[in-house]
This record gives sequence, C-alpha cells and structure tokens, in this order.
Amino acid sequence: MTIPHADEAWLSALQASGPQQTEALVMLRALLLRGLEYALGDRADRGLLEDAVQEALVKILKHLDTFQGRSRFLTWAQKIAVREALTLMRRRAWKDVSLEDLHPAGVEDATPSVLFDMGRNPERQATQKDLMTLVMRLIQEELTPKQRRALMAIAVYGMPLEEVARRMNTNRNALYKLLHDARRRLKARLEAMGLSPGEVLGVFQEPHGPR
Amino acid sequence: MTDGKGHILGPEQIRQLLAHVARTLPRELTCDECLEELDRFAEMTLAGRPAEEALPLVAQHLAICRDCREEFEALLRALQVFLEGENEAAS
Repeated sequence: MTIPHADEAWLSALQASGPQQTEALVMLRALLLRGLEYALGDRADRGLLEDAVQEALVKILKHLDTFQGRSRFLTWAQKIAVREALTLMRRRAWKDVSLEDLHPAGVEDATPSVLFDMGRNPERQATQKDLMTLVMRLIQEELTPKQRRALMAIAVYGMPLEEVARRMNTNRNALYKLLHDARRRLKARLEAMGLSPGEVLGVFQEPHGPR
Repeated sequence: MTDGKGHILGPEQIRQLLAHVARTLPRELTCDECLEELDRFAEMTLAGRPAEEALPLVAQHLAICRDCREEFEALLRALQVFLEGENEAAS
C-alpha cells in the first residue's frame, strides 16, 4: 500500500533523531491533544488528556513500523490516543469501586411488576415476565459464576470491561471472550427450545406509546 | 428479576442482552482486534462509505461492546477537528 506523502513525512521525521524528531513530536502532541479535547474535554481534565497523549506518543514511536497506511497517519495516531485517554478516564472514575462494592439495588426479591409500566398491554406484560423469568433461569443454568459476575458488573452496574477484567485478574480481550462464550450458550439454549433470540427480543421491543 | 445474589436485571437490560445474543456470531473480534481496524472504520464512516459492509465484524463488535463503541465515537469526534481544519484551509 502506498503511503501518502504527508504520512511519509511524519514517519521519516519521527524515525529520525535530534531536532527533526523533537519538532515532529511537538507537533503531533499538539494535534492529538486538540483532538482529545474536542472529543473528551467535557468529561476529562486537561491533565489527564496530556497524560494520555504522552502515553500514546510512547506507543506510537514504539509501533511506528506497524503503521501500514490503511488510514491516514493522524487517524491511526489519534486512535491510539483515544484508547489511552478512555483507559485513564475509566480507571479514575472507578478507582474506588471493587466488585464487592456493587450492591444490589434493594430488596432481595424485587417483584417484577415494579419494573414494568402500569396500564400497558397486560398480555405483553405477562409474556415479558415469562421470558424474563426464562432468561434469568438460563443465566443461572448456563453461565459459570465468573460469567455471571462479569455480566452483572457490566450490564447492571455499567462497569467498563477493562475495569472488571483487572478486578478479575484477567484482561479485556479474555473477558470479552468469556462473555462471548456466555452469549453463545444462551443463544444455543434458546434455539434448542425452539425460540429464536430475535423472536424473544421482539417481545421486549414494543415502543412506548402515548399514555 | 434477581439472580441468586439479588442483583436486579430489569426489562431494559434483558432486552439489551437478548439483542446481543441475537447478534452473536460463532467467531467475533476481540477488543484489540477491533481497535486494530478502528482507524480504517472511522475514516470510511466519515467519508460516508459503507464501513459496515467492508468491515462487518468490526460493526458487529461495536454493536455489542459498549467500551469499543465509546472509543469509536470519541475517535469520530476527534477526527472532526482535523476535517474542520482541512475545510478551512481549502476555502
């Protein structure tokens, strides 16, 4: 793949030593920081974003030879910076939360009717309730304790994957695979019962009508 | 609906889980595999080209993985700064 001239210039400057490299790094730092501030400035302070850019520059220099020109150099670099920034933001946001801190919302056995809108289609409510009971049963039967724990942390409490992964002494990719396996098991069980996941989903997808 | 430990899964969470189950494929990208293609996917998206057709596994991963989707959306916004700069330079 031919790398565009502008990108060639970036690569050769960053691979050089001395003032040429320094100048390129200064420019790249400014550009990446500007992109991060535009994208994430409302949710992260400048100090964090500067740290993210610094981490990104280290990775960019280390992995320059993996840039293949399938996108523009700045796109590739910005992607690395975005990942660093969000990793830092997530770590900061969740730093004081352990998995054990994730308390259930309240009553041990919340009555399903509390979770439904009142005054809507009662037949659909009954079907939703049946299917919710079924899905919960399948989760209990099919998923390992590790999978249930991860699923609850992510789906119920909104914990980011990498935060859950670290607390479970694994990494984001391995955790994604763990949850992928969980989804495959649920899918297989539903299909074995003659229920397509799409059909079951349809029962939950009625848009809110006027009240 | 509670699991054995009393964590509550509401209808919306079950709906979302079922949506993900419905989209589940035998083989999916990991987050790092998705990240590897995210720059290309983002550029195609911004150029109005059919990124989902060209990189369907990326699209599928982004539909399911909240964290990768957040990274993708942030990347799209960050890139718009450069696009605006280019538009200014061209005019």
